[in-house]
Amino acid sequence: MSLLDKLDAVAAARKALLPEGVEVFGMPIDEIYSSTEAKIGDHRILFLGTNNYLGLTFAPECKQAAHEAIESEGTGTTGSRMANGSYIGHRALEHELADFYHCHSCIVFTTGYQANLATISGLAGPGDVVLIDGDSHASIYDGCRLSGAEIIRFRHNDMADLDKRLRRLGERSRSTLIIAEGIYSMLGDKAPLAEIVELKNAHNSILLLDEAHSLGVLGHTGQGLVEETGLIDEVDFITGTFSKSLGGIGGYCVSNHPQLDQLRYISRPYIFTASPTPATIASTRAALKLLRDGTQLRSQLWDNVHQLYSDLQQLGYRLGPEPSPVIATILDSPQQALALWKGLLENGIYVNLILPPAAPEGSSLVRCSVSAVHTREQMNFVGQAFAKVREVLSK
Amino acid sequence: MEPSMASTYNDILERLRFHLRQFTGPDVEITAQTDLINELAIDSVKLLNLIMEIEDEFDISVPINALADVQTVHELVNLIQRIKVARQ
Repeated sequence: MSLLDKLDAVAAARKALLPEGVEVFGMPIDEIYSSTEAKIGDHRILFLGTNNYLGLTFAPECKQAAHEAIESEGTGTTGSRMANGSYIGHRALEHELADFYHCHSCIVFTTGYQANLATISGLAGPGDVVLIDGDSHASIYDGCRLSGAEIIRFRHNDMADLDKRLRRLGERSRSTLIIAEGIYSMLGDKAPLAEIVELKNAHNSILLLDEAHSLGVLGHTGQGLVEETGLIDEVDFITGTFSKSLGGIGGYCVSNHPQLDQLRYISRPYIFTASPTPATIASTRAALKLLRDGTQLRSQLWDNVHQLYSDLQQLGYRLGPEPSPVIATILDSPQQALALWKGLLENGIYVNLILPPAAPEGSSLVRCSVSAVHTREQMNFVGQAFAKVREVLSK
Repeated sequence: MEPSMASTYNDILERLRFHLRQFTGPDVEITAQTDLINELAIDSVKLLNLIMEIEDEFDISVPINALADVQTVHELVNLIQRIKVARQ
């Protein structure tokens, strides 16, 4: 099969799964009204699938900071930090994130994907082992592949399975990096961190926790699962993203291991990517302040989460195992998921459609992400739309 | 192949067949030459889950990066055999 034939096969598979003219992936959005509303075609649509957990994309403080940074430092850095230097903002944000986590070191990356790619491939290498949860995000899989380390999976959130796999590794568990996520992006469930920490200590391994979906969401100051569980000192490396709760784009790794800084000299994704723009850094710094002080936002977020989870449960939808800002409805087939997704869009709600192989265990998902700034009226509107679509689909 | 190696090979093949049966009907013959992807329609996700079953069946660790060279049942048996020998 030629290179282009392979792409034709992809197109054919897509066509077989999705009807012509339905833009499921990469939906064209014509106008953005706010953190929660936009125009798609001729319709006003409610965003319920954008990971904007604290609703900070339109926060006046963040927009103002970004404007000022463009005025004073320009639109871009035009290269990597190794080649073009580290701006005041890059260094300040790293300092502020290290302070936020009470950690020794922080490195800021241009995307969240790159944060995992760079951190994992910098920490592990050929001859080492990475032991990852089966439901890990693609950035974790890709970081592991880039590292050249041996990749072993354990069954999702199954601690007996993790223990078994660590035991099998014997002495090699000492050169093993275990990777888990604060909140998993598909089903919205949390990692059993206390048990993972116990196992990593028993086997003398190193633990990396990705807080991409839990930053700003869990813990009193929003550090994530490490704060909610009080286990921050037990996790060796924490990665995360600026593109969800912080409303920008970028990523980070924090650690109390001073060796983290050496990644700047060996990690190819860090060395060979242009650094974050001044506007991105400035809006993220402003958002981090709001996130730290965002107890009220978190309270609103969790009120909305509990309302939607309970509404959907009462309507009979099959959901992920626990309430979280990622609420997944689990469908038996791609066709059912597509019908629900389409029905919600026709009723003015934009959610994410996730089909195999992206969804776990061959399932298909319609995934909602809840925001602190969704109003009570909007959440009621969502509940009504899910009820209406369920009625139509069950006929 | 030495007799003891052949016996190990056949033992692995037999145990592997049991796990591969979930991907096909009872009438389909699974031989060493069976192609995992084209004949048994094992996609990337199914293969990753199959590997976890194999790890438990043979009490070994199978790095998923080692799967790049595996296309047939024979190649998977060889991989399992290599890992078992390396462990001894």
